[in-house]
Amino acid sequence: MNNTDTKLTANAVIAETLDKATATDPDLLVVTCDSRGSAGLNAFTNAHPDRTIEMGIAEQNAVTVAAGMAHEGKHPFVFSPAPFLSMRSIEQVKVDVAFNKNNVKLIGISGGNSYTWLGNTHHSLNDVAITRAIPDLEVYQPCDKYQVKALFKYLLTSDKPAYVRVGKRKLDNVYHEDFEFVPGKATTIREGKDICLISTGEMLYFTLEAAKNLSELGIEAEVVDLGSIKPLDTEKIAELAQRFDHLVTVEEHDVINGIGAAVATEVAKYAYAKLDILGFPDEPAIQGSQDDVFHYYGLDAEGITNSVKNILSK
Amino acid sequence: MNTLDLKKKAVQLRKNTWQLIYNHKNGHTGSCLSCADILVALYYGVMNQTLDNLNDPDIDTYIQSKGHAVEIWYEILADKGYIKQEDLDNGYSTFNTPFIGHPTTEIKGMEFHTGSLGHGLGLGVGVALASKMNHSKKRTFVLMGDGEQAEGSIWEAAMAAGNYNLDNLIAIVDHNELQISGTTNTVMRSNPLTDKYRAFGWDVQEVNGNDVEALVEILSKENNTNKPRVIIAHTVKGKGVSFAENRADWHHKIPTEEEYQKALKEFDAQMEALENE
Repeated sequence: MNNTDTKLTANAVIAETLDKATATDPDLLVVTCDSRGSAGLNAFTNAHPDRTIEMGIAEQNAVTVAAGMAHEGKHPFVFSPAPFLSMRSIEQVKVDVAFNKNNVKLIGISGGNSYTWLGNTHHSLNDVAITRAIPDLEVYQPCDKYQVKALFKYLLTSDKPAYVRVGKRKLDNVYHEDFEFVPGKATTIREGKDICLISTGEMLYFTLEAAKNLSELGIEAEVVDLGSIKPLDTEKIAELAQRFDHLVTVEEHDVINGIGAAVATEVAKYAYAKLDILGFPDEPAIQGSQDDVFHYYGLDAEGITNSVKNILSK
Repeated sequence: MNTLDLKKKAVQLRKNTWQLIYNHKNGHTGSCLSCADILVALYYGVMNQTLDNLNDPDIDTYIQSKGHAVEIWYEILADKGYIKQEDLDNGYSTFNTPFIGHPTTEIKGMEFHTGSLGHGLGLGVGVALASKMNHSKKRTFVLMGDGEQAEGSIWEAAMAAGNYNLDNLIAIVDHNELQISGTTNTVMRSNPLTDKYRAFGWDVQEVNGNDVEALVEILSKENNTNKPRVIIAHTVKGKGVSFAENRADWHHKIPTEEEYQKALKEFDAQMEALENE
């Protein structure tokens, strides 16, 4: 599954996908909050000034104005750092976007721990928890360039509101060019019989690496991609909960109410399956490079490998 | 509709609202009475919206940011045939009803769910921006409260409207100087609103917001300023019911039977006076 071709950031893929879509979608708009540069949208906004709505550093208003424009038939994609879009504007997301069923796509950039030393004001380790609790809002966290591209193809044709979280780093490749995104579908990307690892976004690659390490130790882990966090593939999780004695979720998110909690809700229906949730502990995160921070919290390949070994040896 | 008919319409709709709130023991009495003339001016004298052309992209949009004053809006939509009077009278604030205490898109003519304050102006900015992009002739009217002016999101929206020169956006502040806990000057001083909006790049107009003739005139006035327009409408909270006027506690107070009957007599006297004009 692990390809060797060029690694790209999610932002680069998104900008290119939206740029191509301008040829066929006259209503496509990009709404920015003084965030064109961070979103990698300078080329897009220079090429399409008439498609660019700059709202300044005012995330709440950006979301509400986008909702008003969507009401008039526009297709706005709002870009802002994930911590601000998912927290500062959350009431606008709940009311003006989701409750009013306005077709606004909310793109949380530089998500999770991406901002490293900029500190906890800039980290978004609660965004999945809060967005997935809002009715009529879809939540996605793509893992590689192929999934980003396929997800945005879907978003461009869907009329449903959605929140997407992407990070800053160049993404390792998990899928191939022919990947097709289906909302509400969890995908097995590695088969195994001993334990099931479920992950999403950038953590998926580390989870896959951990599965390889485990294989060398004689533990065959199944790896499942939960890029579609909401809608949730409850059927697939039910099947996994019945097939495996142990499941582990891995996410770049607070352990409270992220994908672990989403999976737990389903797993709880099958009392014999044991679930462990790996993620950021419920505390202000330690500061450092993303790799160092992941290592510290046991969220790199080595940490995930060790956790799984411990879980299975209990 | 001539001025006399507009005035009569306002009295009739105030009376209907008073009855609806009394019958169901639910509603924002003082707030509805305060902005009744503004809604009457918009729906019977200014906007080109009717039941039949609602989906036309060039037709005016009304957004009620002070969503709690919904009962007067229901009465207007019933009077104009958007909804059935009977459905409203029987259904308001009953189990599983669309007729709730805030505007909802389940009601024909209500384009947005509102209720959480400070959202309407931003929605109006979005509609007005998109209307310009779509080369639409639509005008967007947004009614706000004056207590609501404390919401920061209003000033984000006000800044954006000025920045984008949205001369197709008309905001109205129902400026009765009262909110649920007291006067707007004691709860959180928003005055002077005129200077604030002017500083944000708006064309600012002031009007007696309970004078339906003056409202129609100012709301219909062409905007040649290249700026969004705000109308500071000086109103009386509880207008039309002598004992409820200028009283903060009538924000959402339900009349007793005695108060109910007394106000009905006042409405009837107002109507009689207009008929003798």
